[in-house]
Amino acid sequence: MQPLQSRLDPSSADFSTNAEAMEAYVGRVRAVLDKQAATEEAYRPRAEAKGKLLPGERLARLLDPGAPFVELCALAGFGMYDDGDGRYSGGKLIAGIGRISGRRALVIVWNYAIKGGTIDRVNVAKMLRLQDIALRQRLPIVSLHESGGGNLVSASAMADPWMARIFTDAGVSYGQQAALSAAGIPQITVSHGNATAGGAYQVALSDTVILVRGQTQLFLAGPPLLEAGTGEKATAEELGGAEMHATVSGTGEYFAEDDADAIRMARQVVSQLPPDPAVPPRRPIEPPRYSPDELLGAFPADRKVPVDIREIVARVVDGSRFDEFEPMVDAGTVCGTAYLGGHLVGIIGNNGPITPSGANKACTFIATCEQWDAPILFLQNTTGFLVGTDVERRGQVKHSAKLIQAVANTRLPKLTILVGNAYGAGNYAMGATALKPAFCFAWPSARQAAMGGAQARKVMEIVTRGKWARKGIEPDDKAEGKLAQTGQMIEMGLEMISESMACSARLMDDGIIDPRDTRRVLLELLATVLEARERTPVTSSWGIQRY
Amino acid sequence: MIRTLLIANRGEIAARIAEAARDLGIRSVAVYSDADADARHVRVADRAVRIGPAAAAASYLSIEALLDAARRTGADAVHPGYGFLSENADFARAVTDAGMTFVGPPADAIALMGDKRTAKEAATAAGVHGVPGYQGDDDSDERLIAEASAIGFPLMVKATAGGGGRGMRVVHDAAALPDALRSARAEATSSFGSGSLLLERAVLHARHVEIQVFADTHGTVLSLGERDCSLQRRNQKVVEEAPSPAVTPELRAAMGEAACAVARACGYVGAGTVEFLLEPDGRFWFLEMNTRLQVEHPVTEEVTMLDLVQLQLRVAAGEALAIDPEALAPQGHSIEVRIYAEDPDRGFLPQTGRIARFDLSHAVRFDHCVGAGATVSPHYDPMLGKLIAHGQDRPEALRRLVGALEDLVLDGVVTNQAWLRRLLQHPDVASGEVTTRSLESWPAEVLAPSAEEMAETRALAALARFATISGTPLDRLGWRSGRNVPAILALETPGTGQSPVTTTLAITRSAGRFLVDETPVTLHALHLTPHTPPLDPTWDRYGPAEGAVAGSLDVTLSGVRFTVPFTVDGDTVWVRGVPFTDVSTRPAASADGGSGTIAAPLDGVVTSVFVTEGAAVEAGQLLLVMEAMKMEHRMVADIDGTVAELPVRAGDQVTTRQLLARLAPPPPETLAAEGSA
Repeated sequence: MQPLQSRLDPSSADFSTNAEAMEAYVGRVRAVLDKQAATEEAYRPRAEAKGKLLPGERLARLLDPGAPFVELCALAGFGMYDDGDGRYSGGKLIAGIGRISGRRALVIVWNYAIKGGTIDRVNVAKMLRLQDIALRQRLPIVSLHESGGGNLVSASAMADPWMARIFTDAGVSYGQQAALSAAGIPQITVSHGNATAGGAYQVALSDTVILVRGQTQLFLAGPPLLEAGTGEKATAEELGGAEMHATVSGTGEYFAEDDADAIRMARQVVSQLPPDPAVPPRRPIEPPRYSPDELLGAFPADRKVPVDIREIVARVVDGSRFDEFEPMVDAGTVCGTAYLGGHLVGIIGNNGPITPSGANKACTFIATCEQWDAPILFLQNTTGFLVGTDVERRGQVKHSAKLIQAVANTRLPKLTILVGNAYGAGNYAMGATALKPAFCFAWPSARQAAMGGAQARKVMEIVTRGKWARKGIEPDDKAEGKLAQTGQMIEMGLEMISESMACSARLMDDGIIDPRDTRRVLLELLATVLEARERTPVTSSWGIQRY
Repeated sequence: MIRTLLIANRGEIAARIAEAARDLGIRSVAVYSDADADARHVRVADRAVRIGPAAAAASYLSIEALLDAARRTGADAVHPGYGFLSENADFARAVTDAGMTFVGPPADAIALMGDKRTAKEAATAAGVHGVPGYQGDDDSDERLIAEASAIGFPLMVKATAGGGGRGMRVVHDAAALPDALRSARAEATSSFGSGSLLLERAVLHARHVEIQVFADTHGTVLSLGERDCSLQRRNQKVVEEAPSPAVTPELRAAMGEAACAVARACGYVGAGTVEFLLEPDGRFWFLEMNTRLQVEHPVTEEVTMLDLVQLQLRVAAGEALAIDPEALAPQGHSIEVRIYAEDPDRGFLPQTGRIARFDLSHAVRFDHCVGAGATVSPHYDPMLGKLIAHGQDRPEALRRLVGALEDLVLDGVVTNQAWLRRLLQHPDVASGEVTTRSLESWPAEVLAPSAEEMAETRALAALARFATISGTPLDRLGWRSGRNVPAILALETPGTGQSPVTTTLAITRSAGRFLVDETPVTLHALHLTPHTPPLDPTWDRYGPAEGAVAGSLDVTLSGVRFTVPFTVDGDTVWVRGVPFTDVSTRPAASADGGSGTIAAPLDGVVTSVFVTEGAAVEAGQLLLVMEAMKMEHRMVADIDGTVAELPVRAGDQVTTRQLLARLAPPPPETLAAEGSA
């Protein structure tokens, strides 16, 4: 396998311009994470008064020192509902894949410092995605739970007609917890504080529960609801304190003295899980010949300038070595094999729109990868499937449908990085979230939408003028003005919601990454999916039950 | 010549003797106690005999066991080393009586020099004087005043029965003497019940300078020059060097002649050392003679190019000393430090444990008894070895030794290594201007590690733990794709007080660098070497011990790039000789102080009740016993207090969780009173 020859010149002015633009993008994402942290930090005096650790501190103590952590859906809800500038974003959950006591695990830390860690639409959507990851990757879930329960304010149906649906979706997450338990995928939960009603089920449906002295408040109805409902007066500690559950009700297996002690116990429980399966690499691991740091300047600030996807491949794969598949067939769709952390992967990337021949090449490539057992890595930068009479006559619809079919149905694990354009059906066919890849991460430069804003505006104008023509309307200045205004709104609106942070906020991907981290992210994710296939959890019909 | 030599000792000196014997073609026999079964001296010698249990009295001090070992192995000579039986005339005699050669002086010489009084008399007879003084039956003030003028000032007035400075006075001139005698006598009388006094010249700024002598059975007695051992801590030599910075060739000749005179006076044979106190004006006073090889003999070897142990063996075999006295002028300079398993930060407390790693990259001599995996037991002297540097001159030797102290890795047991390095860097040591009192006169802080030094070492230890614990490659070490989540490590060090000190550190990866708390560190590379079993079990065991990992960090800290070795031994990381134990996962102490409510753990019968209502009880005190499911359950108080309720009597049937006793905690006033006491 020969190394790629890069034509990218990191000392060029273009490169600096691109890098600067990308760094600014990365900075905007970081700024949101910093705002989340600041919201948390503002809670410190109250946390300290209660002798509690902040959510981030809990996470820090839970993870193995030195082991990497890939955060998931960090921007969930950014700019939506009650969030403006990002300070309340994240879906009240800090989540990701990290290592605990040497085992890979899905970590969910309830961010009680943001609006009490209450349950809302974003929170439920993020939770469902996290559970989906755990189920598919057979990853144990370790939850550090503390939630104020349903957010009564945002549950108001006034703003969002679909809002009431949260009641059902939240229930789905309990069903998934049961499914995880039955699938033999351990859920270990520390009940650090409030766990009322729905929150109580999040704790109680876990396989192993760790209670914290003086902090756990685990009950179906808290003191106010109890008093409202039955008139009975009781303290939270009497109703559902750690000591009560540990000694009387038996809703918990371990009893901790404080947050740090509870996290130590969670680490201890995880250390008793079977060790992660070893997946030996096929080749010795080689760093890329070209520095992954150069990915910062690999994507043009001017989106009209084409990108050779091989420049990105060269900064991601082992030794920058890439063996291209059918290199002479269709220049727009690039297929080939490479090693990533010593494991063979099949890479599909875009150097232009997807043509019928490009789609066919990709389909053959996927089938071949199945034979080689090479997981698929999509490096997506597509404006979509090519349109026009020529390609329609060549069967573009059936060929593109075939590719969607191949991508959707392949049994190989799929990993996707959205580097730039991710438009139209090409978005699906190139492994974005819709076709359920194992993971889909985006660069800040990514744009996801059915079509671009300018195209949408033009389509609307053409359709309107056609309508006018059919009805014989001669548009006056007012009509023209209104058309221009509507067109502008469509274009701006579409541009706004296709922007990477807006897409990530809506969980259209699993997160935005710094391009320089692409190889690191992929190494962790590839290890995750390869291990998943070797994991053999002991399943049961019901899961673990408490008696 | 000797064919088989039994070495009646242990530790570095036993290994040293075995190696010297091997060079002369002599077979060596080591002896060992149960505590030393895997010791280096046992491996270095050709054969070894177990001589008893760990206790020295039953092993290394057992003449019977040693002679038995000699007989068993057909040894025709015995080398006593130093310490243990090396200056025991009975042992020397027993060896000779058993028909073997004793590598050392005749028993009579040992006996003569072993007694301070007879030694001093013999030296005086040979014209070599001890510190002048007067001690006689007549200790009247008049007599003492008269004697004082003969002795000279300053002088010491001491209680004959004294000790610990009681009844002791330093007198600087004759005018002050009568008052000093009066007060010293009063103090001596009240302290010891005897007002008897003696006088001694006050030697205030003396150096400890000793002469290495060597005598053969053909009448040759030679001085091999001096060693300066002025740096002492509680009469324990810490640094030794040759030649002495304070000795001129003329003085060397004079002291050498005096030492040889003492050796001749006692019919000495073999290696011996005559110790003197040397005053700044060049006067020197006889202290004692050591009738054996000294611990610090290597510095003499380094500047004379002689192997003193080989010389001992040749002389013992009856060979004549073939040394040209003219060629004995010191060649360059040599300095030795003794590495002890002791903690200078905690009152030089002796340390025990397992050597987790041993590495010596510096090209200096290290006479030692350690190796990876070696055990430092509490049974014997905690000296692990001696680092000996040689240079063209004193500064060069000093530089080499400091370098060696920095490079020597002896992890697993706390040693005085870093303390010795700081000692050698003290300006007075660098200039050579020290006396036997120097070490005790400096405040402890002078040689204590600085706060900055400790903080840097701690940061490096945290980084080493962080970099090794998860096995993550450097590229992804501590990396986060999203928010900055630090790694939290709680590290415990022995500290300087009674209880260990725990520090919690946060490590964050930021743009390829690491922030250890607030300190930025760039980690260029990390190297790890696991234990490999030695191919030949008699080889020296360098590197990590079994179960330990030797590592090194290539870091840039405060703009300086360097490599720092570390050792991982279980949960403990050793950096620069300091152990840092990861206690991040140590369970919290239970806050369960007890509720005072004693309830039945299950259905049963109360069989006996030991307290009454109102009785004061302590936590852990037995209150009552109940029987359930054929088992006896002892119900004890879970808090201190008084029995407030006792609703059951012996014979009562009780059910699960039924109240058996309620204890009331002591009233708050009592607590307040205790708090203010």
